[in-house]
Amino acid sequence: MTEIDKAAIALKNVSYRADGQAILKNITGIFPLGKITTLVGPSGAGKSTLFRLLNGLKSPDSGDIHIFGQSISEYDPISLRRLVGLALQNAPMVSGTVMDNLQLPLKLRSEQMSEKEALELLNLVGLEEKFLYHYVQDLSGGQRQKVSIARTLVNRPKILLLDEITSSLDRVSQQDIEELIMRINKTKEVTILWITHNLEQALHVGDYTWVMMNGELVEAGDISLLHEPKTEAVRQFVKGEEE
Amino acid sequence: MTYLTLALSLVFVLIPLALSKVLQLGLEKDTIIATVRSIIQLLIVGYILQFVFDAGDWFYIIMMVMLMIGAATQNARKKGAAIKGITWKLIITFIFIEVLTQSILIGLDIIPPTAQYVIPISGMVVGNSMVLSILFLNRFLAEVETHEEQTELILSLGGTPKQAIHRQLIAAIKASTIPTIESQKTIGLVQLPGMMSGQIIAGADPVQAVQFQLLILFLLLTTAVLSSVMLGYLSYPVLFNERMQYIKLRQASR
Repeated sequence: MTEIDKAAIALKNVSYRADGQAILKNITGIFPLGKITTLVGPSGAGKSTLFRLLNGLKSPDSGDIHIFGQSISEYDPISLRRLVGLALQNAPMVSGTVMDNLQLPLKLRSEQMSEKEALELLNLVGLEEKFLYHYVQDLSGGQRQKVSIARTLVNRPKILLLDEITSSLDRVSQQDIEELIMRINKTKEVTILWITHNLEQALHVGDYTWVMMNGELVEAGDISLLHEPKTEAVRQFVKGEEE
Repeated sequence: MTYLTLALSLVFVLIPLALSKVLQLGLEKDTIIATVRSIIQLLIVGYILQFVFDAGDWFYIIMMVMLMIGAATQNARKKGAAIKGITWKLIITFIFIEVLTQSILIGLDIIPPTAQYVIPISGMVVGNSMVLSILFLNRFLAEVETHEEQTELILSLGGTPKQAIHRQLIAAIKASTIPTIESQKTIGLVQLPGMMSGQIIAGADPVQAVQFQLLILFLLLTTAVLSSVMLGYLSYPVLFNERMQYIKLRQASR
């Protein structure tokens, strides 16, 4: 088996520019199939932009991305976005209730969600059932993040992109979500990519890691590399985060 | 009305001029420019209309209508500069609405196919369509900008561009057409509509003037809704590319 066969996602020389600025610079690397990869690095490293490329919200200016061995440009955009689910940073909501948001992915394909299914989803992410018909503007940041995760799961993606999904959660909720994601990864064989600013979390959940800085992939490999970085830049970053 | 009586009506210009001078409002220059421009513009239009009426030729009628559409487009396009190809979208909208309304009016024998009817009604239709287009574009662009996150969210979940922009489109259509609908509810109670007043002053039977005014009102209702809906559905696709990716507004116009 080649490295590409073992990869859920493989990037080759991927670059992306916006407003005349290079956001991603010549990135080559893989995200292993069936594993949890944590993406770490300072703000502005291009991690969230990379997720937008993988979900098909943006296209690279050059280079190619392969998802399950097939070039991203050969996918129909809608099927790609359902296959590669994205939980956006800030957990944006459509106006309405939690139920409206949970059933949004189904409504987009003219299907309905039963109340039972919606309640199961709430249980899954650890949100009390009473919130189902609450308006989203009344939710806390942490509650919105939980709704956002549940909503992303509705499409049953085979790859899940999580962009700082626990940043507004308290310690206990954070651990619950970590356990949930690890369970989804193991039982449903979903490949997970997880952007986090929390190195402790990255080490706890990750099998594999990418360290990005200033639009470049600086180091990638087994999660243990965060303990023994090869480059000075990553060593400095890890030290800075630990302090 | 003779030119002498018209000249006497300038008294109504002298009052604001005098007030502006005494109270130092600084409105004199603009008042004079506005007065001179309105005299020249309306007199020119009057003579042109007289010529077109006398000629009784469809060519001139069509030329007049095209001129109105050109001026309306010129006015409205500035508001939609962020939307690629807005000029053509406006022209198509105005022409479609003009052709549709005139076909119904003339086809159903509601008005006779003469310049005397076609031109003033076209003026009202195109003018109203222009105002609605400006209202719509203003609101639509604001809605699109403030809801960029939601647009991306819906796309990211596998929605189509139309689904991603639907809420913003509907909000803008509603917001731009509400004033027309609301103003119809109180019409005649406070203010007599301009056209009806004009007819009554010119000696027409008030009931007949009302009938014509009603016709215009219903016509403008169609115009209002059609303008917003057409322009909306013509405009939203330029916000997305062929990969169903949202292109931010400031980039869309490039």
